Amino acid sequence: MIQIVDRSMLVPNIHLLTLEAPLVASKIQPGHFVIIKANEKGERIPLTVADWNREKGTVSCAFMQVGRSTRKLAALKMGDEVETFVGPLGKAIDINRFGTVACVGGCYGIGSIYPVARAIKSAGNRVVSLIEARSRFLLYWEEKIRQVSDALIVSTSDGSKGEKGHNSDRLREMLGEGQSIDLVVAIGCTFMMYAVSEATRSFGVKTIVSLNPIMVDGTGMCGACRVEVGGKTKFACVDGPDFDGHEVDWGLVLARRKAYIRHETVSEEAS
Amino acid sequence: MVKVASNKTKMREQPPEERIRNFEEVPYGYSMEEAVAEANRCIQCKKPSCVQGCPVEINIPEFIRLIKEGDLRNSIRVLKETNVLPAVCGRVCPQEEQCEKYCILAKKMEPVAIGRLERFAADWEAQQGDAEIPRMKKPTGKRVAVVGTGPAGITVAGDLIQLGIEVTMYEALHEAGGVLVYGIPEFRLPKRIVAREIAHVCRMGVKLIKNVVIGTSLTVDDLLKEYDAVFIGSGAGLPWFMEIPGENLNNIYSANEYLTRANLMKAYRFPEYDTPIAHGKVVTTIGGGNVAMDSARTALRLGAKRSIVIYRRSRNEMPARDEEIHHAEEEGIVFHFLTNPVAYHGDALGMVQEVECLRMELGEPDSSGRRRPIPIEGSNFRIPVDVVVVSIGNSPNPLIPNTTPGLETGKWGNIIIDEETGRTSKKGVFAGGDVASGAATVISAMGAGKKAAKSILQYLRDGKW
Ligand SMILES: Cc1cc2nc3c(=O)[nH]c(=O)nc-3n(C[C@H](O)[C@H](O)[C@H](O)COP(=O)(O)OP(=O)(O)OC[C@H]3O[C@@H](n4cnc5c(N)ncnc54)[C@H](O)[C@@H]3O)c2cc1C
Ligand SMILES: Cc1cc2nc3c(=O)[nH]c(=O)nc-3n(C[C@H](O)[C@H](O)[C@H](O)COP(=O)(O)OP(=O)(O)OC[C@H]3O[C@@H](n4cnc5c(N)ncnc54)[C@H](O)[C@@H]3O)c2cc1C
Ligand code: SF4
Ligand code: SF4
Ligand code: FES
Repeated sequence: MIQIVDRSMLVPNIHLLTLEAPLVASKIQPGHFVIIKANEKGERIPLTVADWNREKGTVSCAFMQVGRSTRKLAALKMGDEVETFVGPLGKAIDINRFGTVACVGGCYGIGSIYPVARAIKSAGNRVVSLIEARSRFLLYWEEKIRQVSDALIVSTSDGSKGEKGHNSDRLREMLGEGQSIDLVVAIGCTFMMYAVSEATRSFGVKTIVSLNPIMVDGTGMCGACRVEVGGKTKFACVDGPDFDGHEVDWGLVLARRKAYIRHETVSEEAS
Repeated sequence: MVKVASNKTKMREQPPEERIRNFEEVPYGYSMEEAVAEANRCIQCKKPSCVQGCPVEINIPEFIRLIKEGDLRNSIRVLKETNVLPAVCGRVCPQEEQCEKYCILAKKMEPVAIGRLERFAADWEAQQGDAEIPRMKKPTGKRVAVVGTGPAGITVAGDLIQLGIEVTMYEALHEAGGVLVYGIPEFRLPKRIVAREIAHVCRMGVKLIKNVVIGTSLTVDDLLKEYDAVFIGSGAGLPWFMEIPGENLNNIYSANEYLTRANLMKAYRFPEYDTPIAHGKVVTTIGGGNVAMDSARTALRLGAKRSIVIYRRSRNEMPARDEEIHHAEEEGIVFHFLTNPVAYHGDALGMVQEVECLRMELGEPDSSGRRRPIPIEGSNFRIPVDVVVVSIGNSPNPLIPNTTPGLETGKWGNIIIDEETGRTSKKGVFAGGDVASGAATVISAMGAGKKAAKSILQYLRDGKW
């Protein structure tokens, strides 16, 4: 059993869980994910890591409450235990000297982009971080991210803070003005990652996205996480979760997320 | 020769129309009287030919003789001398290809029902409470890590611990047992039987660490720093797809996913359990092996009105066990032989709606000795479906080979071993079971585990590689 050593609500609907998992903490790298299962009857769900502390042996995940399993997690208190917490899974993000890197986050991905920006920054790159939320009160970790970035650009859909609009609008403007960006890394809701990929496509700027399809085992055993990249079927849990956003079949990613839409209603009604 | 009944003593079963509505085990098992009647059919050959058909060479006449005499305690001891999982093997071994095929009676009549008797003795033992802990050798101070808790891993762990070696088993999933828990369905192998066997090796002192993926959470090289040797029994868990158009539509599953959701995650008890599974009126399974039969029969139990199996050759070439095909037919599974999918078609939401197939005919035998299926041009037709389960095979997962420098693999990603010793190309690392052989059987995985345990012991003694 894995114990919750800290928990907090970052903003309405987005929570941060910190778990005591020394083995995972000792190996985790930016871009990795874990699989968590709250209790005996729970589902195995994937979450990206938002932070870790190798000395203390702790790992933190930011997650958005969207359905039954994430609600179970949100209901956990300090000292509670989860049955399964396995990782690191997937491939870590390739950290290199790229030049200027845009680190892009939205919803839970504001949390997940933080360790990516931190690692890319300490590898000697110039980091421009872009984060977005629907409204001012849904933004979190601005200071944390600013500290590992050369610049931070905030967008809100309602314009209540930063610029009005989305990360993808900002990227389109920056690239349109001729600013040089060598790499874009985006983590968050599928639609945001899709929009970012579309924004950078015509400029030919390589864009890495962290796909979040439905998963079961997370080790390449079931194929639930199938995505198509460059016309080829890939298992996101072992071949990814990071892929070139310009090569991803987004229609398929969006459709496969909805595979259990009717079950989700039943599950919600039953709980 | 004494007169022997020509047929096996029947085993009572749940009637088909009832059992397709539940996940309870299909056969009930023998009563004491039935078991003795069947045991009496064994003529106790001086040179028992049955034994050569058993990959772990169980002393078959002896365990059967003890059943005849009602000495079940010793009967189970004989079984367990060579087979730590008799309750499992008695149920799932392809006996018609193994021990029973070589039974002397099989020449003229039905062979002795060796599997059923093995199951009987093992179930009797389970009813008596916890199994006996065998006598253990003095601790040697040596430590071995076992990767994977399928039949291969359990066998290695069970053998080594008795020899005084400290054993830790690592399992990627949240439950131990390998295919026995995530693949083979409850109605064929109740999960409590597997749980009991795992508990037994743990009571003997084996340490079990779940939720650790070797290759990512820890590498084989990490393990070698802590242990004197490593055994890899990680199975053949990577599912194949046909790579045809439309195969990534929703409600098209690999058999691994379908069975994992149903068995391990208990989706048949949704919404009590959180994991969902698609419930279709028409479920189509692609393939002709045991895994396909398990998927098609699971579909019925999940409420499918029609469960179809599409297989590209004919019934004669089907690799599934006779008993499974027979059970499937009794339950009303519909077979489309000499048929092969070429594409899937879906609706606007990306849900599969139709499978497009081609008819096939059989040509000359291929390398497997089975007649090769040849597509009939222009014979395309479509079958309306709600759910598809692709069950065309598995190969070993590359996670461990990819993260273990110096570990050689073959064409299918299988770890290359020396058959006799289970040694890999890397010093101190042994492997066996499906990860080395490709998808095979429970008993062959156990056989490989036995050989590996012996040679691990040898290696721990002399350090020679
Ligand atoms: C590699 C990977 C990493 C992930 N990392 C994180 C993470 O760090 N934090 C996090 O919150 N989630 C993350 N996810 C998504 C997360 O696993 C799902 O949100 C979760 O499984 C939903 O489970 P549920 O039972 O609560 O909701 P369900 O009942 O399964 O879903 C409810 C509804 O919400 C939709 N939905 C679910 N998740 C999202 C989403 N992220 N964006 C938009 N719509 C969604 C579903 O399509 C569905 O319609 C990740 C997924 C993957 C594959
Ligand atoms: C649906 C189905 C039905 C079958 N029916 C029969 C039958 O009727 N009769 C029969 O004889 N055989 C049958 N088989 C085949 C039989 O189950 C296998 O041959 C046998 O289980 C192989 O044993 P194993 O120990 O090599 O591997 P497995 O049973 O596959 O166990 C491997 C274990 O290793 C774990 N693992 C994998 N990778 C890692 C990692 N990186 N780190 C940690 N752990 C890891 C896996 O999670 C798993 O628990 C069937 C198989 C399936 C799928
Ligand atoms: S283990 Fe399998 S092959 Fe061996 S005797 Fe038992 S049923 Fe037959
Ligand atoms: S060959 Fe058949 S009859 Fe002879 S000992 Fe074996 S099981 Fe009995
Ligand atoms: S989640 Fe099962 S293969 Fe990726």
